[in-house]
Amino acid sequence: MTPAAAAAPLADAAPRLRVTGVRKQYPGCLANDDVSLTVQPGEILALLGENGAGKSTLVKVIYGLVTPDAGTIEIDGTPATLASPAAARAAGIGVVFQHFSLFHSMTVAENIALGLDTPEGRRDLPARIRAIGERYGLAVDPDRVVGELSVGEQQRVEIVRVLLQDPKVLIFDEPTSVLTPQAIAGLFDTLRRLRAEGRAIVFISHKLEEIRALCDRATVLRGGRVVGTVPVAGASVNDLARMMIGQDMPPMGSDHAGRAGPVRLSVHALRLPSDTPHGTALDGLTLEARGGEILGIAGVAGNGQEELLAVLSGERPSPEADDVRIDGQAAGRLPPGARRKLGLGFVPGERLGRGAVPPMNLAENGFLTAHWRLPLTSRGFIRARDRAAFADRVIGAFKVATRSRATAAQALSGGNLQRFIVGREILSEPSALVVAYPTWGVDVAAVAAIHAALVDLRDRGAAVVVLSEDLDELLSLSDRVAVLYAGRLSAPIPRADCTPERLGLLMSGATPLDAVTEAAHAA
Amino acid sequence: MEESLWVAILIAAMRTATPLILAALGELIVEKAGCVNLGVEGMMLVGAVTGFAVGLTTGNFALAFVVAAVAGAVLSMVYAALVLIFQVNQYAAGLSLTILGGGVSAFWGQPWQGQNMTGLQPTVIPGLSDLPVIGTVFSRTDIVTWAALAACVAVALVLTRTRAGLILRAVGENHDSAHALGYSVRGVRTLAIAFGGAMAGMGGAYLSCVMTPLWIEGMTAGRGWIAVALVVFATWKPARVVLGAWLFGAVSVMQIHGQAMGLAVSSHILAMLPYLVTILVLVLISRDATRIRLAAPGSLGKPFKPA
Repeated sequence: MTPAAAAAPLADAAPRLRVTGVRKQYPGCLANDDVSLTVQPGEILALLGENGAGKSTLVKVIYGLVTPDAGTIEIDGTPATLASPAAARAAGIGVVFQHFSLFHSMTVAENIALGLDTPEGRRDLPARIRAIGERYGLAVDPDRVVGELSVGEQQRVEIVRVLLQDPKVLIFDEPTSVLTPQAIAGLFDTLRRLRAEGRAIVFISHKLEEIRALCDRATVLRGGRVVGTVPVAGASVNDLARMMIGQDMPPMGSDHAGRAGPVRLSVHALRLPSDTPHGTALDGLTLEARGGEILGIAGVAGNGQEELLAVLSGERPSPEADDVRIDGQAAGRLPPGARRKLGLGFVPGERLGRGAVPPMNLAENGFLTAHWRLPLTSRGFIRARDRAAFADRVIGAFKVATRSRATAAQALSGGNLQRFIVGREILSEPSALVVAYPTWGVDVAAVAAIHAALVDLRDRGAAVVVLSEDLDELLSLSDRVAVLYAGRLSAPIPRADCTPERLGLLMSGATPLDAVTEAAHAA
Repeated sequence: MEESLWVAILIAAMRTATPLILAALGELIVEKAGCVNLGVEGMMLVGAVTGFAVGLTTGNFALAFVVAAVAGAVLSMVYAALVLIFQVNQYAAGLSLTILGGGVSAFWGQPWQGQNMTGLQPTVIPGLSDLPVIGTVFSRTDIVTWAALAACVAVALVLTRTRAGLILRAVGENHDSAHALGYSVRGVRTLAIAFGGAMAGMGGAYLSCVMTPLWIEGMTAGRGWIAVALVVFATWKPARVVLGAWLFGAVSVMQIHGQAMGLAVSSHILAMLPYLVTILVLVLISRDATRIRLAAPGSLGKPFKPA
C-alpha cells in the first residue's frame, strides 16, 4: 500500500471525489434530487442528515449498487462509470457499511478473501491483515470466526477488508452507532491516520458532536436535497442541527429527576442459556426498576440484550416463577399476555414484526396489546367502537402522522410507527414499561416527543426501563443507568455519577462488574 | 456367516448407497448456496427414465449418464426460474418439481415399461482383481460407485479449499452481504441448482442402468427424499452424507437377506427398515438442534430480493 503524496487538504487540487447532480427516484419517493458534493485529498467530509434524508441512497449510487437516474461521479477529475461494486472498487472507492456485510460462520481471513477482487495467495493474506492492523490500529486475529467477535472487532474486519484494496475514497456509513466510547476514540484515531495519508473520507452520521470532533467540512442533506456545505470549524452544533432538521434542536431527555417509589419490575439472579447460536447466556442477572424512575440499560449489542428482553416480555419463560416480578407478583412463568394484564408494557426493538403486525391497520394493532388492560371486548366479541376510539386517542395524543386508523402499520414511517407503538403502550396505563431502542432510526422531532412521553409516564409513578445503544440518550433520559455486559447487569449508577468514560469501561468489560458494584454501594 | 456373504453384503450396500450419494451431494451444494430443492425425487425419476432409454437404445452407458445428468439439470432449471426469478416459495417450488418429474417420467417411460437390458457391468482391473477380498470387491463393483466417492472428496475440497467454494458458501450464508460485495447471487445459485439437478439425474440413471436395469414408474421409491434428509442430518458435511448413505445401503441389503432367510416378520416392515433406521440414526447423531442451526447455511430457504 502506498500512501498518497498529499498530507493536507489542498483546495486547488482536483477533488478526489466529485459527485454532480445525482438524482434517484424510487416509486413514491424522490430519494436524491440534484445532489452534489466534493471531497478533497486528505479531507474528512461529514455527510449529515436525518433518517430518510437520502444519505444511504447516495452511498449506494457512489458504490455502484444503485444506478442513478441522472448525475455524474468523478474521481481525481476523471469521470467514472460505476455500474457495479466491483467497478467502484476498481475506481478506488471503498465503503464500510453500517450493517456489516460479514459472514458469521466464516473466519476473518475467509471474509476478507471474499471482499478481494483479485484472487490471491491465501497464505500471505493473514500476514497482510496483521500488517494493516498494526499500521492503522485495527488489531484483529485472521483465524477467529467472525460470529465470535465483538461488534467493534467486526467493524475492524470490515475496515481492514476495505483497506486491503488501497482505496482513494473511503465512505463510512454511520460507523459509530454500534461502538463503545473507547472504540469510537480508536476509530477516530484510525480515520485521522487515513486522512494524513491523503485519502478522501466521507463520514456519515447524525451525531453532531462527533462531526465537530472529527470532520473538516459538512454537507447537509434534507429530504433528498443538499441544504448546504459548511466548514465544521465555524459551525456550532445548533447551526448544524438547524440545517439538518430545518428548526432549532428540540429539547431531549428529561429536565428533572424522578421520585423513586416501590420496586415495580424486578429480575432476580437469573441464569438462562441462550436459545440461539451466537447468543449470550444470562449469567446471574439482577434488575430492579422502581416506580417513578427511568432505569437506563446500556451495553454493546450482543451482551444479552435480546435474551433479557425476551425474559422481561415473557416471550421466553423463566425457570422459576419468582425470577421475574411485576408489581410484586411472581410472573416468571407467565406468557406475554398475562404479564400485560399484571401491568407490564413492552415496546420491542423490532417495530415491524414484533411491535406491530405489518399488514394490519393501526386500530387492529392497537387492539392486539391494549385489550389485555382495557375493556375492548365483550363476551369475546371486539367492541369496534371502543377499539376505534382507542386508536384515535393514541393517534391524537402522540401526533402520529397517518391518514386514519385504517392505515396499515407497514405504511407508516419508522418515527410515526414508533410514536404509535409507544403511545399505545402508555395509554394502556402500565405500571412498568420496558422500551427497547426507543429512538433507533427515528427523526429528531419524534425522539423529543417519545422522550417527553416516557418522562410523563414516569412522573405518574410507573417504572420505565429503557434499553439503548445510544449513550447520549440514556444519559439525558435516565435517573439511573446500569450496564449489561456478558449477560450480567452492573449495579445502577445514578445519573449524576455517570460519565461516558465510566460507562464505556463497563461496556467493554474492562472493569469487573463486581468492583464497580462495590464502588457504587460505597458511594 | 462365511466371508463371501459379508463381502457380498458390503458390495451390495455400496451399490445401493451410490444413487443416494450422488443425489445428496448435489443437494448439499444447492443448500450450501442457500436453496432447498425438494424436487430431488422428481429429478431422479427423470434421470432414471432418460438414462434407461439411452442405455437400452445405444448400449452406451457413458452417454446414458450424460443424458440423464442433462435431463436432471434441465428440469432443475424450472425450479431455478420459479425461485430465483419469480420469487416463488422454495419448498412449494421443490414439491411441484417432484410432482412434475414424477408425471413427466411416467409419460415418457410408457414405451420402456417392463423392458429388460443388460446393465453397466463392473470394471475389471487386471491384477487388482486377483487380490483376496479387496480384489473381489473391486471386480464386482462398477466405476460409478467409485466415481461417487471421488465426487464426495471433490465436493469437500471445493467447498473448503477453493475460492469458488468460498463464494458459494458466502452466497448461502448471507445473500445480502454477498450481493453487497458484488457477487452474483442468482448466478451462483443457478449453477448450484443445475449441479444438483445433474447429480440427481445421474443418481436416477444409476438406479435404472446399474442397480436394477429396467424402468418402472416411480422406481426411485422415496430415495430422493432420503437424499434430502441425509443432507440436513449430515449437517451439510460430505463425508457424513456418505456414511449415512452406506448405512441405508447396508440395512437395505440385510433386510433382503433377512427376507430370503425367512425371518418371521412381515416383509413390508422389513422393507421399511432402511428408511427407518437411516432417519433414526441420523436424528440421534444430530439430536443437538443448535448444532444443526449452527451448521445450516444462514440464508437457507430465504427468498433473495436484490434492492
